[in-house]
Amino acid sequence: MSKTYYTDEHEWLAIDGDVATVGITHYAQEQLGDLVFVELPDVGRSVAKGEDAVVVESVKAASDVYAPVDGEITEVNEALSSDPALVNSSAEGDGWLFRMKLSDLSQLDGLMDKAGYDAHIA
Amino acid sequence: MKQTPFHSLHQDAGAKFGPFAGYDMPLFYPLGILKEHQHTRERAGLFDISHMVHIAVEGPQAAALIGRACPYEPAKQAIGSGKYSFFLNDKGGIEDDLIVSRLGEERFLIVANAGCAEKDVAHITALSKDFDVTVTVLPRAFLALQGPQAEAVLERAGIAVAAMEFMTVAEPRAGWFVSRSGYTGEDGFEIGLPVDQGEALARTLLADEAVEWIGLGARDSLRLEAGLPLYGQDLSDTITPHEAGLIWAIPKPLREAGDYIGAAALASAIAAGRRRKRIGLTPRERVPVRAGARLMNASGEAIGSVTSGGFGPTVGGPVALGLVTMDGDEGAIFADVRGKQIEMEKAALPFAPHRYKR
Repeated sequence: MSKTYYTDEHEWLAIDGDVATVGITHYAQEQLGDLVFVELPDVGRSVAKGEDAVVVESVKAASDVYAPVDGEITEVNEALSSDPALVNSSAEGDGWLFRMKLSDLSQLDGLMDKAGYDAHIA
Repeated sequence: MKQTPFHSLHQDAGAKFGPFAGYDMPLFYPLGILKEHQHTRERAGLFDISHMVHIAVEGPQAAALIGRACPYEPAKQAIGSGKYSFFLNDKGGIEDDLIVSRLGEERFLIVANAGCAEKDVAHITALSKDFDVTVTVLPRAFLALQGPQAEAVLERAGIAVAAMEFMTVAEPRAGWFVSRSGYTGEDGFEIGLPVDQGEALARTLLADEAVEWIGLGARDSLRLEAGLPLYGQDLSDTITPHEAGLIWAIPKPLREAGDYIGAAALASAIAAGRRRKRIGLTPRERVPVRAGARLMNASGEAIGSVTSGGFGPTVGGPVALGLVTMDGDEGAIFADVRGKQIEMEKAALPFAPHRYKR
């Protein structure tokens, strides 16, 4: 069973074992507007919590997406290279950004659940 | 933060707001920047531009004052026409770019950038002390309607504009000002009117099925594709009209000598030759290359920087404007984007063709 966590930087992580699928929330894509480019990290890169992992670019501006926890990038969503707008149409589904192998599962304890995140953006 | 007369209409329309020149301005609406951009190119986009400043200059020496402040010959300007010009400093740098319209023998209207409003008003007011004129800042609601259906929409709204040509101006009603111009590269109009009449006009125009609100986000992508410079990014007080590629706006005789502020400096800068120039660039990759990105040649030597850049929805890819040294663009050009070297191709301006009514 996967469980989904949220960060106060408007990312979501769907956890399956020690692998997290990471994306930005529907709320975040609404704030950014239409995306025209997504710069994904290299597979195999180790990232620390809070480190820049992805750059999402709207027509107007570039924004960083941070690694929500420590780990290693294992896969990126190649579909975004040709269709960055997937993040707008399906932020919490087909518009995922990358998968990472977590190095410290206890870091999840500090994150929000859906109800907590909904209250955070309300 | 200041609000325009249309603020509550933008809220009702679901706008996302952001600060611009001291105003809380709509950045985009639920349609989104890409669709707002395309809508303007295909139909008619309505822009709230009430943050811009309207300065009336009136009196027997109005033309003389304008001719001192701006590098052109307002005494020869046809009544009912607008002229793109500048306020220059005594080094020939651009203090603001603006449009001066001649409404009558002794009546001129300056429409200038929001970000420069305070200094522009102080500047022209100080200059006016030596002339028999009055300088008045007009409180106005100001809308732009841009796109191929703009004329038809205004005609349907009972505002007769079909006979106007690009860069002509008219005063169809008391306190109204209409100019056939804009900042998108499309045919279109800018309409200034008394603040208390603004909302009614906006509602009338929005009731037309061809019209959508367009925010500052698409305003920027539209003007960038049209190759139109933005003051504060592509233009500044250290850049001359010559370097900015805007020398066409200054009549030939005035490039060599004139009585306007900055004339001597500009003439000597022209005689000495430009050291840098504004060019169009398209990245060879999909990544937008934005303002501030450093530009270099194949040897890695600095040749300038990107002054405006982003994604061009009509072009279907990223586009940029750069200010580079005169010979900097002779070979390959690279931009630094987050530490990566992105090859840039020189591009003719505008990126999207102008469709003005001439």
